[in-house]
Amino acid sequence: MTTRPIDPAIMEWTEDRIALRGSRCARCGETDFPPQAACRRCGATETHTVRLPDRGVLWSWTIQRFPPPSPPYVPRSGEFEPFGLGYVELPGEVIVEALLTDADPAALRIGMPLRLIPFEVLSHCGERAITFAFAPETEGDRQ
Amino acid sequence: MNAVDIVGVGCTPFGRYQDTTARGEAVRAIRIALADAGVEWGDIDFAVGGSMSAGSADTLVSDLGLTGVPFVNVFNGCATGSSSLATAVHAIASGAAELALVVGFDSHPRGAFAIRPEQMGLGQWYGTTGLAMTSQFFALKIQRYLYEHDLPPRLLTSVAAKAFRNGSRNPNAWRRKPLTEHDIDNSPMLSDPLRQYMLCSPGDGACALVLGAAQRAKRLRSDPVRVAATTVRTRRPGSFEVLSPSLSIQRGDSPTVEAARAAFELAGVGPADVAVAQLQDTDAGAEIIHLAETGLCAHGQQATLIDSGATEIDGTLPVNTDGGCLANGEPIGASGLRQIHENVLQLRGHAGDRQVPNRPRVAFSHVYGAPGLSGCTILTR
Repeated sequence: MTTRPIDPAIMEWTEDRIALRGSRCARCGETDFPPQAACRRCGATETHTVRLPDRGVLWSWTIQRFPPPSPPYVPRSGEFEPFGLGYVELPGEVIVEALLTDADPAALRIGMPLRLIPFEVLSHCGERAITFAFAPETEGDRQ
Repeated sequence: MNAVDIVGVGCTPFGRYQDTTARGEAVRAIRIALADAGVEWGDIDFAVGGSMSAGSADTLVSDLGLTGVPFVNVFNGCATGSSSLATAVHAIASGAAELALVVGFDSHPRGAFAIRPEQMGLGQWYGTTGLAMTSQFFALKIQRYLYEHDLPPRLLTSVAAKAFRNGSRNPNAWRRKPLTEHDIDNSPMLSDPLRQYMLCSPGDGACALVLGAAQRAKRLRSDPVRVAATTVRTRRPGSFEVLSPSLSIQRGDSPTVEAARAAFELAGVGPADVAVAQLQDTDAGAEIIHLAETGLCAHGQQATLIDSGATEIDGTLPVNTDGGCLANGEPIGASGLRQIHENVLQLRGHAGDRQVPNRPRVAFSHVYGAPGLSGCTILTR
């Protein structure tokens, strides 16, 4: 069974690595995610795709405690389980919105180091797909 | 430029309509506003209005009379009312119209707003994975704001309790039961740090205004309210907006900052002159943030302000005297005009149980809507 990225435009994923794809403006240096054909800051159309860093710090967070309207949301299992999400600051690049692997308010704090991981969800057509999420970075993660 | 006055207001009760419709209530609100101004539909020479999901405003002419009036439809999210007002003000100020009608109405099903990401230029993955939620945005924005400005989350409870207290004094409010801080703190957490009673509910409502050139207004009533300024601004780089898969690392001001600054400049008054304010409070956190973004207080000063009782009806800076979105619900097209209706009543001294003491002279209102626009209006008498 092959599991594919939920959208190949936003990320690269192989069995051993995941990376988010962003775009950088050749004129003003603004980084965006997902990649855009024009720069949101200066409007220039000279943007190129870049791989974003896979480490960051938590910039803000919340926990989604009720099922979002569906569609567009595709439930991941029969019984709804609250999930964490937040904005993660990728150093010097961009602040990305992402699912968090933690849904415990006591475990989340702004500024905590996080790392990018693949995260299995269901796509809109009901097939398993890989999206991205951030998990707490542990001592063992550091090289 | 002709000066512009508000000569008529009409607002019907907000809530969840069972025996009536938002369109029916819009017509009723228009008739109330016309009667309040002492004019007839046939006198109106410009009309503008909007609704997010209850139909096109211009089709209300079927119920009002086919007078051939120029009628512009507006579709500016939660800033629809404000943007409609600005359009009417510009029409009168330029001399293109003398007597204008502004209408806003809406109707939304219960529960969180359902978003269609593809209509907003977002990938399907965004909604599928559970990120396309306006309530999440409010939670993420206030969570960061409280952290950056070292403010206690208990302020969210205070703001919500005030909204329901004020709403209980407003016969048009949807939620008329005052809730204690204990009630609010024990309501279910929906999206940390926001609990059920800290988030407004999508609902139904309708509101209308009649605006006139000052010369005409003077003949219509002895207590016209002057539109000293009305401004609309969209976002610039670095502002934190709803439905954003990413934010620029270089932070910037929200459109509210620019809209408010421009409004104060245009009106020739400052934030210190404001005697009553209606601020977009889609959630309790939004009121806290908008207090500072509009310039009514400094960032971080909200705890002192709120704890001192300044934002209460009898305080030095009463905010959301009619209960705001928290007590009235959020019918998107009508909300901005509800604020104007409230400020007009306050300036006329006709706000009943919730009248701000000493009949205010300067009233401020602010709306903020997706995907990142703000409208500010300053009324004076």
